[in-house]
Amino acid sequence: MNIIPLFVVIPLGSAFLISLLGKRIKGLPDSLANLGTLLMAGLSIYSIFLIKEVGVQVYKVGGWTPPIGISMVLDGLSSFMLVTVNLTAFLITLFSISYMKKYTAKWKFYTLFMLMLGGMNGVIITGDMFNLFVFLEIAAIASYALVAFGIEHEELEASFKYMVMGGVASLFILLGIALLYSLTSTLNMADMGRVLTAQGPSKLVLFVSVLFLVGFGLKAAIMPFHAWLPDAHPSAPAPISAMLSGLLIKVLGIYALMRIFFNVLGAQPAILDILLVLGTISMVAGALLAIGQEDIKRMLAYSSISQIGYIVLAMGIWTPLAILGALFHLFNHAIFKSLLFLNSGAIEYSTGTRDLREMGGLNARMPLTGTTSLIGSMSISGIPPLSGFWSKLIIIFAAIQSGHFVLALIAILVSVITLAYYLKLQRYAFFGNLQDKWKHILEVPFTMKLSMVILALICIMAGALLLPGVREIFLKPAQDALYAGKDYAATVFESIR
Amino acid sequence: MIYLLCLVLFSIGLYCILVKRNLIKIIIGLVIMEYAVNLAFILFGYRLGGRAPILAQDQTIKNMVDPLPQALVLTAIVIGLATTALIVAIAVRIYDRYKTFDITKIRRLKG
Repeated sequence: MNIIPLFVVIPLGSAFLISLLGKRIKGLPDSLANLGTLLMAGLSIYSIFLIKEVGVQVYKVGGWTPPIGISMVLDGLSSFMLVTVNLTAFLITLFSISYMKKYTAKWKFYTLFMLMLGGMNGVIITGDMFNLFVFLEIAAIASYALVAFGIEHEELEASFKYMVMGGVASLFILLGIALLYSLTSTLNMADMGRVLTAQGPSKLVLFVSVLFLVGFGLKAAIMPFHAWLPDAHPSAPAPISAMLSGLLIKVLGIYALMRIFFNVLGAQPAILDILLVLGTISMVAGALLAIGQEDIKRMLAYSSISQIGYIVLAMGIWTPLAILGALFHLFNHAIFKSLLFLNSGAIEYSTGTRDLREMGGLNARMPLTGTTSLIGSMSISGIPPLSGFWSKLIIIFAAIQSGHFVLALIAILVSVITLAYYLKLQRYAFFGNLQDKWKHILEVPFTMKLSMVILALICIMAGALLLPGVREIFLKPAQDALYAGKDYAATVFESIR
Repeated sequence: MIYLLCLVLFSIGLYCILVKRNLIKIIIGLVIMEYAVNLAFILFGYRLGGRAPILAQDQTIKNMVDPLPQALVLTAIVIGLATTALIVAIAVRIYDRYKTFDITKIRRLKG
């Protein structure tokens, strides 16, 4: 029994069942979505050990051998991303059980949610260029609909903006894929890498790289392409904000960039320099824009841009240590940004507002939300020994090691700014005196608490992933798979045989 | 030459998205861009005087077009249809709420 196709089949199948039966059978959407995500989280953790034992796995769709047939590839990087996505997605569905009660059509929410998850898992697991585009569009279309889920003025406007930007991004990606196909006459990623190596460097590859940079950069909201994110992410319901900010921009943007730029096209110096510059710009500008925000979710959204900047910067440095830092920061950011968005959802659930100026002293009534939010905030600003500290430390070390002293300094400064605006968030929302109108609010229901506590625990413990012995299981295979660069092709073809 | 026309079409679509103020015109710009990319993709697999790659029993095919881009573009068109349907639905809902298609008047968010 091969587990690889299950990562796409389970979410798509449950989306189908929920849309078919969810309206009639009460409780089915909740239970099916939670069971599905739990099962996938388990399977993805199992896949880590599977890879450790038997190496890279390739699944031939329909029994056709690659490069002619479509393939799905499970290597270190894929299984790392699968764990990140499915673990977080499970905790988010756990949160949505109670949170989504205030919306009328819960089954529609879960259908779109599972569709988006299926698309994301597909992007991660596929070994075929065109399939990557198809899965990317599935995830993107589901996310457009989810941003507009509340159908109020702001949601519709944000969704329209997001959709136009996302549509343009997809077309750039499709054009890039078309040009690559005309150059290599193949769509299999591994085969494409092999043909490109045989052909040697060409101007067209550089042009395609730029197209991909624009396309995936728009999806990842790197700085010049970021305009849609601060509108779209806060407009969605809180679990979806967590999903979009924590996972979607990373899978559709960062993961696809990593896979295509490093494993298929090969790391080109010009592109690495561009990544360095873009990463630094989005790191600084995202942080500066976040300070002034009064809406808690908008602040978190700008903070996402800033943290994505760290990851892109580390990708641009391109040393083994930097890649380790980028991947670890990606994992950490998925965890603590989901946690913070769920916290903001919990505040909205209890008080009904997102405006920081109206809050104050919520710690007295919602101690658990306050504590987990404090852990998340401190973790994202890099306070030791929480997880964010270690990943930022690795990125800064890597920058110093490769001679980028200025960038290392900027990264430290941005970390200080991050601390500043998260302290502002804590100060306005949770500390200080409780306002009279919040005297009678209640702490959130049990499942919401549970998911927040688990995420906060992961935040505290994640530093342990760097310990020797543990690192070899989770982070090292992903780092090796990415840093192998164009050897990806050889690895895949070896495991087909 | 014909690739250049594709590029022109692509640029017209992009211009339309960037400059126009009407929601519907923006959507049309998106569709034009999509057609330009699809057309380019088909052209990459085209051969002058080529015929459809269908193998009948008593025929030998010497000069045929590449069928793969056609299959892919078919998929891309379906995806484009889904996106267009969704974006038009959102535009209709926006009209319900704001009573206008002018994006300069639809400004609740700072972006």
